[in-house]
Amino acid sequence: MQLFAEMFEKVDQTTGTNEKVAALVAYFQKAPLHDKVWATLLLRGRVKRSPLTSLRMRQVFQRLSGTPRWLMDECFSHVGDTGETLALLMNAGMLALDPKPKERSLNEWMTEELVGLRTLGDEDLDRRLLEIWNSAHPEHWFLINKLLTGSFRVGVSEKLVLKALSKVTGDSESVWHQWLMGKSDRDFEELLLTFQGQAPSKELLHAIPFCLASPLEESFFVNEKPEDYFAEWKWDGIRSQIIKKGDQIFIWSRGEEMVTEAFPEIAQMASTWAEDVILDGELLVWGEDKPRDFNDLQQRLGRKKLGPDILKKAPVSFMAYDLLHLNGEDFTALTLAERRTKLESFSGTRTHPRYRMSQLVEFTSWDQVKELQLQSRELGTEGLMLKNKHSLYVTGRKRGNWWKFKVQPYTLDAVLLYAQAGTGKRSNLFTDYTFALWHGDKLVPFAKAYSGLDNKEIEELDRWIRRNTLEKFGPVRSLKTHHVFEIAFEGIANSTRHKSGIAVRFPRILRWRRDKTVDAADKLEDAQKLIEAHV
Amino acid sequence: MNVVELTNSGLYCAAGDFYIDPWRPVRDSIITHGHSDHARVGGELYHCTKTSEPILRHRLGADILLRAYDYGKPFKMKDATVSFHPAGHVLGSAQVRVEVNGEVWVISGDYKRSPDSSCEPFEVVPCDTFISEATFGLPVYAWPTSQAVAADIFKWWQEYKEGPSLLFAYAFGKTQRILSELGHLTDQTVYLHGSCETLTKIYRDQGIKMVPTKLVSDMPKEYKFNGDLVLAPPSGHRSSWMKRFKDPQTAFASGWMQIRGNRRRRGYERGFVLSDHADWKDLVSTIIQTGAKRVLLTHGNTDTLERYLREEKHIQAEPLATQFEGEAEA
Ligand SMILES: [Zn+2]
Ligand SMILES: [Zn+2]
Repeated sequence: MQLFAEMFEKVDQTTGTNEKVAALVAYFQKAPLHDKVWATLLLRGRVKRSPLTSLRMRQVFQRLSGTPRWLMDECFSHVGDTGETLALLMNAGMLALDPKPKERSLNEWMTEELVGLRTLGDEDLDRRLLEIWNSAHPEHWFLINKLLTGSFRVGVSEKLVLKALSKVTGDSESVWHQWLMGKSDRDFEELLLTFQGQAPSKELLHAIPFCLASPLEESFFVNEKPEDYFAEWKWDGIRSQIIKKGDQIFIWSRGEEMVTEAFPEIAQMASTWAEDVILDGELLVWGEDKPRDFNDLQQRLGRKKLGPDILKKAPVSFMAYDLLHLNGEDFTALTLAERRTKLESFSGTRTHPRYRMSQLVEFTSWDQVKELQLQSRELGTEGLMLKNKHSLYVTGRKRGNWWKFKVQPYTLDAVLLYAQAGTGKRSNLFTDYTFALWHGDKLVPFAKAYSGLDNKEIEELDRWIRRNTLEKFGPVRSLKTHHVFEIAFEGIANSTRHKSGIAVRFPRILRWRRDKTVDAADKLEDAQKLIEAHV
Repeated sequence: MNVVELTNSGLYCAAGDFYIDPWRPVRDSIITHGHSDHARVGGELYHCTKTSEPILRHRLGADILLRAYDYGKPFKMKDATVSFHPAGHVLGSAQVRVEVNGEVWVISGDYKRSPDSSCEPFEVVPCDTFISEATFGLPVYAWPTSQAVAADIFKWWQEYKEGPSLLFAYAFGKTQRILSELGHLTDQTVYLHGSCETLTKIYRDQGIKMVPTKLVSDMPKEYKFNGDLVLAPPSGHRSSWMKRFKDPQTAFASGWMQIRGNRRRRGYERGFVLSDHADWKDLVSTIIQTGAKRVLLTHGNTDTLERYLREEKHIQAEPLATQFEGEAEA
């Protein structure tokens, strides 16, 4: 455990990627085989079991320490994490402990100490946890608690772990990526073999670096000619590439993350194609005639295991933008106009219901483009893409090739009504706000927002909140109505699930309207008008 | 009887017709210490401890009207008898004891109980009513010893030779405490951001022993500070001033660093738990030691401590809505 704790501390206490990798490399060089596998799984968040729920661990602590329940709750809401809170309280002497540390390997902790706890009755569990805490080094209490509740996290990206493994073993990062793809603690035995150098060999297929668009500038319409451009709708999903070669299929997101496992229906679709391809496009949850809530899609990426419910409730489609490879032939050096012909002929023979091709939007003048762009919201898009017909598929944001002509967000001025402490990073500040609009002489909550203020403003508002709390309901505080904020959001729709009758998408704080008094905030009717204007 | 009451201008003693750490300009201000939420400009006449005087003159203006007193020496303000007692917070910091007709109130200002070689140690002053700060009024705050933190800082600095070690800490109090604690471990020179200079000099002039210091701005342009420790106020973090340094490692010294999320949110690589305020157990034990029947709480997490004192310790505790800010120099 000592080695693992040291590595955790080093990785946790530096932002330098070189230092992080160095700490990981040092660990992988020294750690015993089984520990290496556990560490890899923990670093990647792939240990699925949690020996104990947070709630039970708190209950044990409360029983053993006699700390008043409300006081513990105050501590949890301040710190934001059970394992950390309890470790702090243990260090503060709130629980009478008599530590007699006994060093055990990470593997021993994972397979012998931190198992079989869920089935214990209260009394046995109390005794067992006391043993565990007493036998751990006080400096490791935090880690032990995190392992106990299955909530171990560390600030190291997948990429850095792969880099470190690659440095230690000499196998490439991509190869490690593939070896570890989809592996969890259930695959422990297989991973042991991998770490012993007996992994299956596989060829890995990478995405082509994505061609990106720049935000449109006013001068564009003066300098550019309409006949040089294609217009397409700008969809708001997950930009990605499907790579199919033989029976291998990979889906890469723009963030260079392999997301194949999150979209099994797309991988399945690609497996039915006879051609080998690299396609650039967008993953979308398609409703009847337009994409549905982005949250449906976002959920996919967060899940470790996809249940049949989510596959059924929110099936994903692929909207193709571009064909980059076909049967081994590279099209990236062709012009967009040429690639478009290839894409259309490929798409013409697709029959799978999950496949769509992005349609060209017809236009003859820039004025027409500006008018068309006004329909973006109705169609469920974020605006228009304007792509130069003569452009090649080049990496990154090369100015002058692809432009995004995005719609402006909606905005409303709303009154700050409730505040709640943030979680994790922002646990001791009030950073989660609820905003309200007028309905008659009442304020009705209509949006929650977490972001948009800078740190200075957050701290200032936090101090104001502490002084101007009217009432507390659990972690939520109701506030004196005083501050007005301009809230921006991307979408707005009727909703029966919300008290206000409306739901907004991606609400965020645009600015603190210190110039406005509460009476000058917008009304619920103003929000209703926004909906009517676009349905 | 209320010896001290809360008014729009701050804590007011009617019997003595003076304010304690007022937030609006008044005639007589009794100042507990020089931090900006306690000592504000515009007062007619300031009363403070002798060690606090140069600090107040530096922060509020050299020509302010000021009367300075020794710790423990009572003086009369109309019908009130007033004295200053060490608060252990920063150099010159004091609790204010006010006695009117035999009733004693003590206003703590900010205080701590952990040893600090850069200021006068806290003294328990028995009283009927104690106005206590509660900046860190939650049991999760439990400070390690100053020596242990100083040793951690020293190790962190010594182990990094590839670039400068930038340690952020409040310019008044925390910085000098670190310089003083490091003095027990080394005599290597530590480099300072310009805003720490005068206060550090004031400390030295009053006989506080610290490691030798030099100003960052006095060093030649090409000097790299590799392997050096540089102290700077938190406002320097991620500012253009930081561009002066190549490959720095960064840390913040504050009681808030006890919680991991705080360090990450503020973007420091390392957090050293070092506070000039009392932690939970010291707040509770100090309040009990004063023997006060009634406790009024200011700064920060007052509601938790208030409820704890009432329910668990059966002490009459109430919050007091002052404008002192728990965040600033914690
Ligand atoms: Zn202070
Ligand atoms: Zn203060």
